[in-house]
Amino acid sequence: MSDNGQHFVADHVAGLPRSGIRDFFAIVAAMPQAISLGIGEPDFVTPWHIREAAIFALEKGKTSYTDNLGLIRLRREISTYVENNFGIGYHPETDVLVAVGVSEALDIALRAVLNPGDKVLYHEPCYVSYSPSIVLAHAQPIAVGTSAEDQFGIDPERVEAAWEPGCKVLMLNFPTNPTGGVTERAKLERLAKFAIEKDLLVISDEIYSELTFEGEHTSIASLPGMRERTIFLHGFSKAYAMTGFRIGYACGPQPLIEAMMKVHQYSMLCAPILSQEAAIEALKNGVPAVTKMKDAYHKRRDLIVRRFNEAGLDCHSPKGSFYAFPSIQSTGLDSMSFCNGLLDQEEVAVVPGTAFGPSGAGFVRASFSTSYERILEATDRIERYMNSIRT
Amino acid sequence: MSSVLQLLLEGERLDTAQMAQILGLPESEIDAELTRLKAEEILLGWRPVLNPERAQEAVVRAVIEVKISPERDGGFDRLASRIARFDAVESCYLMSGAYDLLVFAVGKDLREVATFVSERLASVEGVLSTATHFMLRAYKEQGHLLLSPLDGEDKPAVSP
Repeated sequence: MSDNGQHFVADHVAGLPRSGIRDFFAIVAAMPQAISLGIGEPDFVTPWHIREAAIFALEKGKTSYTDNLGLIRLRREISTYVENNFGIGYHPETDVLVAVGVSEALDIALRAVLNPGDKVLYHEPCYVSYSPSIVLAHAQPIAVGTSAEDQFGIDPERVEAAWEPGCKVLMLNFPTNPTGGVTERAKLERLAKFAIEKDLLVISDEIYSELTFEGEHTSIASLPGMRERTIFLHGFSKAYAMTGFRIGYACGPQPLIEAMMKVHQYSMLCAPILSQEAAIEALKNGVPAVTKMKDAYHKRRDLIVRRFNEAGLDCHSPKGSFYAFPSIQSTGLDSMSFCNGLLDQEEVAVVPGTAFGPSGAGFVRASFSTSYERILEATDRIERYMNSIRT
Repeated sequence: MSSVLQLLLEGERLDTAQMAQILGLPESEIDAELTRLKAEEILLGWRPVLNPERAQEAVVRAVIEVKISPERDGGFDRLASRIARFDAVESCYLMSGAYDLLVFAVGKDLREVATFVSERLASVEGVLSTATHFMLRAYKEQGHLLLSPLDGEDKPAVSP
């Protein structure tokens, strides 16, 4: 065969759609002068006391494997943190697994619970890996759209309408990347009731929960009857600006954590020990730094949302995360054309909403994890671009 | 603390119009707040933060520990403000511990600072002793790290 090895690729991997924005990423990467609002990570460096803890661990010679579940000292800190901040009790010995970021935790959760052909409900627009992760676990993704009218919170009625026999899992991510949407307690309670009624397992990715600007974050796992049917995922990348450490965790009932541990044990073995040591320091002493970064995101959010609306882009105020998700429907352009045009004419990069699923059409994602100066300059250019489209 | 002052302390260079944009306030309100901060001597000035390792003009900086005798009326205040008035003095603080005043002084070369200490400072009546330490190298200047620029080139320009 002369297909250069292509025929070896598994059918379900070959069948994964190529991300439509990869070419766009390549163009932006080749334009260092462009202002990028496309960066999906904090612009802050990891607080020094956390980096210093990792350096100290290295100096002490902490270079070994750890327990598959992670260092027990870290699991104890996680258990305390989740109890104090989310009101859910998990036993550090059996109910907590430290993973290589929430991305790995999500992957092993899906692989641990899904049989081929099972169906998974998830809301969209959403993080780029959700649908592919479900497919890679040989299951079938069922998207539930969220909309600007609901400020991209989930509408339980739409979940109920999307349900069909064979659905086993409901995946949630609030606050959401890319929309900044959150879902208030009353709706989560209704979802919880539905999950119990249909015997659904909920996998809840709450990585942005510390970056909730208004209202109190509620975890669905804390609602009555939900602890035993929820895998709670969280990590350090966003709140503590630790993306490169690749460290996150899963909490859940012991049989589910045990099942995830098997997948984790045979694929990853354990999360890197230096990142685990850094995570311990983050949980012990990280609150002031998190608060400071959150305050900075909050001010930048207010600024970028106001500037988008002034520029003629209808933009809801995201209640969490560091992403704004303005509508570009008033321009008559599709998301990709809008982004390409903006990059061409004004050298500003925002991410087409369609990168986060078909229901992101008509929107773009703009990260406000950058300086005031860049937000002001970028939004001035976007305003100019909008004026050029209108005329 | 006022929102205008908080924004100033974040350290980005912003004009009044930009500050108005960021805080969502009219420019007139920003101006009024800046006027108030100056009038109440909360905001003293607008000096830029220079990198001592790169600054064009060569200067010598010294930290001087000064012991002075307190006076019946006013304690250290009269002598301290007298010392603080010298142009060579950038900052002057009353300290607890082994000495009384900590004086940050600057001169164009070592001789100039030495002359200031021996002829001006040490000769003030009431100054009991001085100990002068010359700064050799700066590693951090008012919150700005020097000598270890962050290498951000590895961060992708767009990420999910």
